[in-house]
Amino acid sequence: MIFPEYDWLPLAFVSLMGLAFLIYAILDGYDLGVGVLLPRDNQAQRDSMIYSIGPFWDANETWLVMAIGLLLIAFPSAHSYILQGLYLPTAIMLAGLILRGVAFDFRTKAPSRFKQKWDLAFKLGSLLATLTQGYMLGRYVTGFEETNAALAFALLSAVCVTAGYCFIGSAWLVMKTEGELQIRAARWARYSNLLMALGIVAVSISNLLLSDIIMDKWLGFPQVFVLVPTGLLLGFLFLLNHLYLKRVPLENDLGCWVPFTSASIIFVLCFCGLAYNFFPYIVWQKITIWDAASSRESLWFIFVGAAIVLPVILAYTAFTYRVFRGKTRKLNY
Amino acid sequence: MLELATDPGVSSLMLSRIQFAANISFHILFPTINIALCWMLLFFKVRYATTGDDNWLRVYRFWVRIFALTFALGVVTGVTMSFQFGTNWPGFMETVGNIAGPLLGYEVLTAFFLEATFLPIMLFGIERVSDRTHTIATALVTLGTSTSAFWILSLDSWMQTPAGFEMRDGVAYVTDWWEVIFNPSMPYRLTHMLLASGLTAAFFVAGISAYRIYKGDPKHSAKLALKFAIITAAILAPLQIIVGDFHGLNTLKYQPAKVAAMEGIWETEKGAPLLLFAIPDEETRSNKYEIAIPNLASIILTHEMDGELQGVNDFPDAAPPVAPIFFSFRVMVGTGVLMLLTAGFGCWYFVRKNQYPPWLLKATIAMTFSGWVATLAGWYVTEIGRQPFLVSGVLRTADAATQIPSGNIALSLAMYLSIYFLLLVAYISTLFVMANRAIRLEVNNLHVSDMQTDPAAVNGGISEKQFNLEKQA
Repeated sequence: MIFPEYDWLPLAFVSLMGLAFLIYAILDGYDLGVGVLLPRDNQAQRDSMIYSIGPFWDANETWLVMAIGLLLIAFPSAHSYILQGLYLPTAIMLAGLILRGVAFDFRTKAPSRFKQKWDLAFKLGSLLATLTQGYMLGRYVTGFEETNAALAFALLSAVCVTAGYCFIGSAWLVMKTEGELQIRAARWARYSNLLMALGIVAVSISNLLLSDIIMDKWLGFPQVFVLVPTGLLLGFLFLLNHLYLKRVPLENDLGCWVPFTSASIIFVLCFCGLAYNFFPYIVWQKITIWDAASSRESLWFIFVGAAIVLPVILAYTAFTYRVFRGKTRKLNY
Repeated sequence: MLELATDPGVSSLMLSRIQFAANISFHILFPTINIALCWMLLFFKVRYATTGDDNWLRVYRFWVRIFALTFALGVVTGVTMSFQFGTNWPGFMETVGNIAGPLLGYEVLTAFFLEATFLPIMLFGIERVSDRTHTIATALVTLGTSTSAFWILSLDSWMQTPAGFEMRDGVAYVTDWWEVIFNPSMPYRLTHMLLASGLTAAFFVAGISAYRIYKGDPKHSAKLALKFAIITAAILAPLQIIVGDFHGLNTLKYQPAKVAAMEGIWETEKGAPLLLFAIPDEETRSNKYEIAIPNLASIILTHEMDGELQGVNDFPDAAPPVAPIFFSFRVMVGTGVLMLLTAGFGCWYFVRKNQYPPWLLKATIAMTFSGWVATLAGWYVTEIGRQPFLVSGVLRTADAATQIPSGNIALSLAMYLSIYFLLLVAYISTLFVMANRAIRLEVNNLHVSDMQTDPAAVNGGISEKQFNLEKQA
């Protein structure tokens, strides 16, 4: 036990919340990425791309509501501190999510002359959401400091997160589509793979420079023995993606799931790194998870429910992915 | 006035209130339709399965597409709502987060995921899963929408009539979850809201089906939907009046200041009259231009000729603004009466004459969105009626508001309002585009499923070229 004098419930909740954010980043990450990548020049490809995420985007987005909900339930004071600190980017992100969420439905139901406009709204909405999410992550990581360095870091983070989402989005398309679109997606994936690798290196270095505490956390002993293999694994995954994507499609579409799987692993690794940096704070150097936690009765009440319901949610989520497995087909209803 | 304008706290509070009111008003339009529309879809699906009548499938296929559109609008505005607590009302979560948090959390866990995951199977899964699985998916989405209403109404009722908690150092701690969830006004409020949803969806379905018939839809399915919706409305409308009466009595018991504002009673009096019309004036604390029925308010609320009703003036510092509640209440009741009449006439013509006269068809089209009017008015009565408190007797609205500079709130408010305006126009016009398309499909004898597979059908059963020619002509 590292903190024997503390209650374990806040720890359980911060883990659950972290898990929800991670699942969100992977799942909504790919459908936001697909939205950002929508090409201007090809209606048929746009249709296929939107069909590929059609059955999933709504449930994917629910993980954001879940993550924010857990923050609100378990750490109310941190919740209001963080959301007030991010007031305007939150509002802009929500505008983006509103636009893309409705564009998905309106594009096929409104008069057909409006279809292209709704497609554009879908793309712009996705882009607004990814940029603001990256920006917010950057602001959050630097503890809402108002210095130029911190703001520049937030902007860098906006670009990197968008690149990451584009990468996992194009990896999703490599897995779910065929033909010309698949080849095009592989090209997008190769570029965003490089951009993301650069981004991760840049963010890691500036993170180390931003704070001595983080420097000590990573470069001391024995942590360095975890850091080095993690770095090597990341490097291997980037290289594997790069080499695989150059050859898409392989015979019988062999290994079309490789980019998506390695993208997910990269997301998990980056996320774990971030969590390790942050622990035990929920607002960097201001509020720890134990300071911000709700009352024990309330946490216990929701914990019991979550323990029962979450496995059910994961099960039926898996069921939907099974129903809509394989290459994307047209969505009829 | 100058002081008000320069005090950032006050204007942030006002702007936050306007923003929250705008967000929740816009959000509620869509779940209000969908909670009940989903039950109706389940009914259509089961009717089709048991009778084999193709018309029920046509009705299902047409309405499931509208359900999907409405659902998307509900989702995106709901996500926005979930952020508003933190951005604009930090004091709310800091004071009663121990209660509001878990209730909202259970909504996400038991309702949101269920709806969001099974809706795609309901929409796109018809060719991929068995018919039974498809019906189960429809039932699970229905369960999800109603469960969602349960948790939200539980939280809102708790804010109206809090129970099952104790205050320690200005923070609410739960003593009994059962009392929190099933607080004194919860059963009434939930029933009232579910019936409101039923009526809203019934008039929505009736209105658009009437529009299709009026525009010359040749098929039986539109008439079937109209008949179903009107009969449903005719059953629900009187039920709603009874439940509304019980709800009113409950409010009188727990929130007498709200009832005083609804009735426009300033001074406590015995044998209070029912005001059909008046203009309440906060300055003089009296009504102008009263049209009243003597003693009727006392009879309705206390079931006694001379029953005593408390006036607004009995609640200094804790009374809500009278005029908006007074008028909203009359709009709600007035719309309810129109609904009762329309449904009553419709039912009589269907059952007795087996026909639907043209004047009634037009009236039904005019009533398409009557549920929205009544529901919004009802919510204004209940929510403004809780002022100046956010949680009755526990937390004042002014103490919960954000300290964010008002300029930022004004900016986000302007953004939300313009998006909402655009979406509302797009939503309503798309409904009628879809209705017109369905008519053209039926005229050309195409099946509803052709709407997407046949490229010509996408433009309503005719090709793009013809469509353009038609427009020019």
